[in-house]
Amino acid sequence: MTSEELSLVFESLGPIALGAIVGTIPLALASFALGLVIAVLIALMRLSKIGIVSGIARVYISLVRGTPLLVQLFVIFYGLPSIGLVVDPWPSAIAAFSINVGGYAAEIVRAAILSVPKGQWEAAHVVGMSNRVALRRIILPQAARVSVPPLSNTFISLVKDTSLASLILVSELFRATQEIAAFSGEFMILYLEAALVYWVICLALSAAQNRLEKRLDRYVAH
Amino acid sequence: MSRTDPLLTVRALAKSFGANQVLKSVDLDVPAGTVTTLIGPSGSGKTTLLRCLNGLEVPDAGTVAVTGGPTVDFGGTVPKRTLGELRDCSAMVFQHYNLFPHMTVLENVIEGPVIVQKRPAQEAIADATKLLERVGLAAKRDDYPFSLSGGQQQRVGIVRALALKPKLLLFDEPTSALDPELVGEVLSLMKQLAGEGWTMVVATHELQFAREVANQVVFMDGGVIVERGAPAQVLGSPREERTRRFVQRLTHPM
Repeated sequence: MTSEELSLVFESLGPIALGAIVGTIPLALASFALGLVIAVLIALMRLSKIGIVSGIARVYISLVRGTPLLVQLFVIFYGLPSIGLVVDPWPSAIAAFSINVGGYAAEIVRAAILSVPKGQWEAAHVVGMSNRVALRRIILPQAARVSVPPLSNTFISLVKDTSLASLILVSELFRATQEIAAFSGEFMILYLEAALVYWVICLALSAAQNRLEKRLDRYVAH
Repeated sequence: MSRTDPLLTVRALAKSFGANQVLKSVDLDVPAGTVTTLIGPSGSGKTTLLRCLNGLEVPDAGTVAVTGGPTVDFGGTVPKRTLGELRDCSAMVFQHYNLFPHMTVLENVIEGPVIVQKRPAQEAIADATKLLERVGLAAKRDDYPFSLSGGQQQRVGIVRALALKPKLLLFDEPTSALDPELVGEVLSLMKQLAGEGWTMVVATHELQFAREVANQVVFMDGGVIVERGAPAQVLGSPREERTRRFVQRLTHPM
């Protein structure tokens, strides 16, 4: 690598990191938080004994998982304006990503709820709890433990998927990289640099996942 | 309440799972302050009977009446509230303990009193601590269930049931999942409770416990009560052939 290329790497690191800090990371966090709320709701609907309610959840999950995320993003940002609904880049991105995470994580949450032994529901009922209280106090906390590994994977995927938001003008990590690349013409170096930054973020997240799992392990038999 | 007043009256209770009729018109009277043991082979319906008393299973027909509590006729549709009232009369101790694994021993015990019965936390903690001291587990109050032995977990299960202050304690084969050397500590606690006047219904294979502690032994087979009476009679000189064979098998398994 020439010294010019090296200095380009260092000079571009600032804007790329900034894109991560003000774009990628908050976008992923906001979408994931919202997505989890959607996921729990959809999972509970899917578990409902009322046919139409679980049917709606089934269709939602099927639509989300059966269509590309990029298409979902474009429908919201470029599609909605043609029926008079103009949504800014950021809200569009958060909407698309959280709807998407909601669909995938719903199945994770549902499986986690089902993995809690039936005896836990029964013990909850014996101490006098309604289904709603049992779910909140007894079942969901245990389901949360079970769903940490798969949900962490969903989150890590989401962090990388936020690069798609560059296509609807959100200034995040990858868009910042593209701008510098177009200006300097050094595509290989800059795109590899962007990849490296994504990788570092995901490494940090994996480490955080390990720590979280250890913490949650304190009440589980080994 | 004297010993002759029934606390629990069950009439013509029936329950099927699909085509399998697990309970066929069961009648049972449990006087206040007495211990009733349900014995019988697996699949005889004793666990289902217990679960029906607590509303964990909803019977198809028959009535369950608790003195000072509801009288529930399962012939019609039973409102959720009535089922809840019936459930509040009793507390179940499970074969597999079913402690809440994400809560400490103390949290397990006060969960019902504080969250459901809305009693002040300080009061519930004081009560729970006293109960845990009584069963020798005060030192474990901040431990999680997985770190306890089976016998300790079951004693916590019993304390969790006691903390609800139920009229009736139901035990579903409380020692069946325990290692043999841990059975004694649970049975002796149950014996203590019987001595204190708790009304208990116990599904069990421990004939020795039935002999020593029970006021009434009920032998079930094929979803019906085959024979009932004082332990000396049912276990010592059973009238029915089926009872005799069952007792024989349990006493001399080889």
